[in-house]
Amino acid sequence: MLGEGIIKGMGETARNFFGSYVKEDRLTTVQYPEERLPQKEAARNFPFLVYDGKDWDKGLRCVACQICEKECPPQCIYIVKDATKKPDHIGKMQFQAKVFDIDISVCMSCQICVEVCPFEAIKMDVEYELSTGDRFGQLLLHKDQLAKSNDYYRKIHPTEAAEVDARMGAEKAKAEAKAKPAAATSATPSKP
Amino acid sequence: MSAIPDTSERGVAGAGLSSTGRGHELRHKETANGDFAGDLLEVSMGPQHPSTHGVFRMDVTLDGERVVRLKPVFGYLHRNHEKIGENTAYLASMPYTDRLDYFCSLTNNWAYALTVEKLAGLQVPERAEYIRVITAELTRLQNHACLGGFLLQDMGASGTPLMYAFRERERILDLFESLTGARMMCNYMRFGGCRCDLPAGWLEQTRQVVDEFPRFLDEFEALLNENEILMSRTQGVGVVPRELAINASITGPMLRAAGVNYDIRKVDKYGIYDRFSFRVPLGEHGDIYDRYMVRVLEMRESLKILNQALRDIPEGPIVDPKARLRGFKPKPGEAYGRIEAPKGELGFYVISDGSTNPYRYRVRPPSFINLTILEDMCLGHEVADVVIILGSVDIVLGEVDR
Ligand code: SF4
Ligand code: SF4
Repeated sequence: MLGEGIIKGMGETARNFFGSYVKEDRLTTVQYPEERLPQKEAARNFPFLVYDGKDWDKGLRCVACQICEKECPPQCIYIVKDATKKPDHIGKMQFQAKVFDIDISVCMSCQICVEVCPFEAIKMDVEYELSTGDRFGQLLLHKDQLAKSNDYYRKIHPTEAAEVDARMGAEKAKAEAKAKPAAATSATPSKP
Repeated sequence: MSAIPDTSERGVAGAGLSSTGRGHELRHKETANGDFAGDLLEVSMGPQHPSTHGVFRMDVTLDGERVVRLKPVFGYLHRNHEKIGENTAYLASMPYTDRLDYFCSLTNNWAYALTVEKLAGLQVPERAEYIRVITAELTRLQNHACLGGFLLQDMGASGTPLMYAFRERERILDLFESLTGARMMCNYMRFGGCRCDLPAGWLEQTRQVVDEFPRFLDEFEALLNENEILMSRTQGVGVVPRELAINASITGPMLRAAGVNYDIRKVDKYGIYDRFSFRVPLGEHGDIYDRYMVRVLEMRESLKILNQALRDIPEGPIVDPKARLRGFKPKPGEAYGRIEAPKGELGFYVISDGSTNPYRYRVRPPSFINLTILEDMCLGHEVADVVIILGSVDIVLGEVDR
């Protein structure tokens, strides 16, 4: 019969329509911004710089090695090395960045900077409400805007942060273990 | 009579068409009694037209409602992808491949990774191969579901089928987000494996999505398959004959709808596709309805593959230990890798000269090549059919223009 297929189809839409009143899985709309979906742990948006301790400038893990600057596909990271050094988490003297800018209007959230950084210094943020009235200035993030604490990192990516903490803790313990005999030998001069 | 201007020359010379060889068809026609001379009308459809699936333009020449000539115009979304690929490191092109066919970023990743693995001789571990198959088939599911929805949208079924398709797609995109961190721009595969292992509980969630998907398919088919409007709009419209499809190197569901049994998953058996049992649905007439049905059936076959892969996935490493992220320099040589992307054969051709950047980087995009026969499909049909013919090709302009 002509029209049978259409009636059958209408039956499906009716089932979906009335189903949306009684069944959760047929009603999938979320009323943003009043309701929000939970963030996925792996979610990523734009990078930020991790710092340890209280003082963000002293605690920044970045050693200005500029690997991320080189590997970033759209070249949106800009780094200037500082002449002075500061100790890193294992107490080794390292360079630091005088300028560290990321132009998030260019950044494509690819996470390659995070993967290539050997110092666990740059990680992906999950913040997404970033609209501004200024296209250029406010989307160019400077070092102070990029710096976020390790606690924040632990909050947004708990599993990943726990792995990083464990790795860095192990490095620190190893360095301390190595430093002790070294300190002991330097304390007792070996010269006869 | 004299109010009607003499258009005997305009239709040809004015449009500059006399040199195309089809000029003789384009001269205005006189009706039998000779008192009305209809003019040909050139319509520029697009680039900002909701039916063109992105920024794509068609110069359509119409005789009344009939299409007598159609010229596709593209390049509005050209991003220089291939040239940029020659000027950056191998890895840096990976996130750009997401932006080719932004509906199917994971299959794009796979095609590029496969090519570079061929070039550098990397071995992909077992578990990574399974993850690739699972993500690629999920990608196929959501692409085909959405294409069905978009096709109906073009036909005037405003919203409903598309909404149902997007509801399912959302579940799959949620899986992608919890695995890769992004819903569409996944950037997940790496040379020699995948970027990270599956998060806890991911396989169970995927199993649930896969188990529930047949219900959606049943509903979708009940909604549409026998719908008289759909059948009369699509059957016998936009026919691609077998020979034309082969000669124009059409691939993917469009080729199979024309009855050619050619699926690269079966032909090349790349990855581990030789381990799964699935069939290749074929069409018969090569019209829009067959293209739609082939995609629906392909979704059912994808579900079979997914069930097998989710059952068999082993534990183990996910990346070749020889693979390096930084300072990756494959030895000089060339490689062409191809996969069966949801839209057709997606190939990458990469030449290495031993440095950190590819010497040549070229994409063989299925949407672009499937689009080349658009005029052949549209000639003689009405302008409303052009919209659904284009919709049935399944193009994404990110890939057409690169
Ligand atoms: S963020 Fe990491 S890769 Fe980038 S300069 Fe700092 S330490 Fe180097
Ligand atoms: S996420 Fe990608 S684009 Fe953004 S700064 Fe990092 S490497 Fe560059």
